[in-house]
Amino acid sequence: MTDTTEFSRGNPHGAGADPAMDALKQWFLREVLPLEAALMQFLRRSGRGKSEIEDLCQDVYVRVFEMAQKQLPHPVRPFIFAVARNLLIDRIRKDQVVPIETVAEWETFDIAFEGPGLDRVVIAREELRRLQTALDLLPERCREAVILRKVEGLSRREIAQRMGIAEFTVNAHLTHGVRALADMVYGDPASLRRKP
Amino acid sequence: MKEARAAASAEDICKAASEWLVKRHDSGEWSERDEMELNVWLAQSSAHSVAYWRLEDLWGRADRLGALRRSAPEAEPIRSSLMLRMAALLALIIVLLGGAGVAAFIIAPQSHAYQTALGGHRAVTLKDGSQIELNTDTAIRVAERGSGREVWLDRGEAYFSVKHDDARPFTVYAGLQRITDLGTKFVVRRDSQKLKIAVVEGYVRLNASDGVSHQNAAILRAGEVALATAGNLSVTNQSNAVLSEELGWRRGVLTFHHERLADAATEFNRYNAQKLTVVDPSVGRLQIGGTFPISSVKEFAESAKEILGLNIIRRGNEIIITR
Repeated sequence: MTDTTEFSRGNPHGAGADPAMDALKQWFLREVLPLEAALMQFLRRSGRGKSEIEDLCQDVYVRVFEMAQKQLPHPVRPFIFAVARNLLIDRIRKDQVVPIETVAEWETFDIAFEGPGLDRVVIAREELRRLQTALDLLPERCREAVILRKVEGLSRREIAQRMGIAEFTVNAHLTHGVRALADMVYGDPASLRRKP
Repeated sequence: MKEARAAASAEDICKAASEWLVKRHDSGEWSERDEMELNVWLAQSSAHSVAYWRLEDLWGRADRLGALRRSAPEAEPIRSSLMLRMAALLALIIVLLGGAGVAAFIIAPQSHAYQTALGGHRAVTLKDGSQIELNTDTAIRVAERGSGREVWLDRGEAYFSVKHDDARPFTVYAGLQRITDLGTKFVVRRDSQKLKIAVVEGYVRLNASDGVSHQNAAILRAGEVALATAGNLSVTNQSNAVLSEELGWRRGVLTFHHERLADAATEFNRYNAQKLTVVDPSVGRLQIGGTFPISSVKEFAESAKEILGLNIIRRGNEIIITR
């Protein structure tokens, strides 16, 4: 009668996706994403504009990810900074402007950044605190929508009714919210320390 | 892949990723077609995948914010009119206790059996294109005949996506209940104490399974969840979002909102050989929320430890959560 399909568990994209891709995704979330703060700090030092830095960060992720599909780099951190450095140098070559002292600074940057490994428990506690702080920094209506969704667990329709806005607008608040939270929590945690 | 990367800025990709994410997790509208289109978009470029995962990770973490809120959730209102309609059915169920299930078993025509082991997940496609997804530790038998299609849910939980055909009714027998498709997607979960039927799309008709009680049939609509125990039957309404979370097993995740720790542990134990034990009832009553991969027993215990300030003890294949 019949086709049957066995699914692998832990696959967030539903049936049929590649388990190797899933393993790679888990690796990326576990090993690469926590380095975003350091990576962004490194990229910001190049003195480039915000959107260019975001593009660079994305290029780093894409290169690291595509290389990891062939072989997982180990250790991860120096590999990522080497990729970032190479990308920056490529850009500077294109610009044909080379501020020597900046390059010298990059060479030592990630070594100086290396701190003692934090206990996972401390990280989890710190992460929850950061998330709360980041939430407080969202624009008011956006924050309200995110809280109704994530803390109160309301549906989109219920949120729209509660806030007296269209469901479409709830979407806009939530999509803005998730991006802003990710940028603060992953990309710029220092901003969350400055503003209590 | 390179072209896609060059064409869109990181900001544009991030925006698109956030729209996919919110549509998938928060809009209450997500079809198989959407799932397919998302997978296509993700496969288009590594930049798409990475941007989506990053936001998805953050959004999952944000579920923990809910765990901080300790107040009890409000109970879903029970629809009283439906309760009345159900009363007659309930009386019949009590009368029939003990007989009908066995009868259904005996009259089963030549059937095919499918099952899953602990932690298993399997999809069966019938000749007519209807699909059945089996959750962990589930056994079904299927008979397809010209006159109709019949499925016996002998144990566990299954999701039915039925190609409706008026001439060939699609019927699910589960214990004393008979569920007939009226054009629909629904999920039936059976364990020793109770039976739960949740309608995701369309309608189903619920009867006691004696085959003569059409006058006592109740219609369940999309969003309605019927819970039947030996002496009780209730119907509640649930939002799309809640229903879709209850079907998280189809995507390999468990989602909890203000769930008692003891109940969350029971849910994990349905899927995993590594068991969670909560001994102290006062610990079992603590509430927790979040979305977890079904197999992440250890990570769940760690979260409970962290968020609720508890301790965990590992003993062989068991993780004990305690003060």
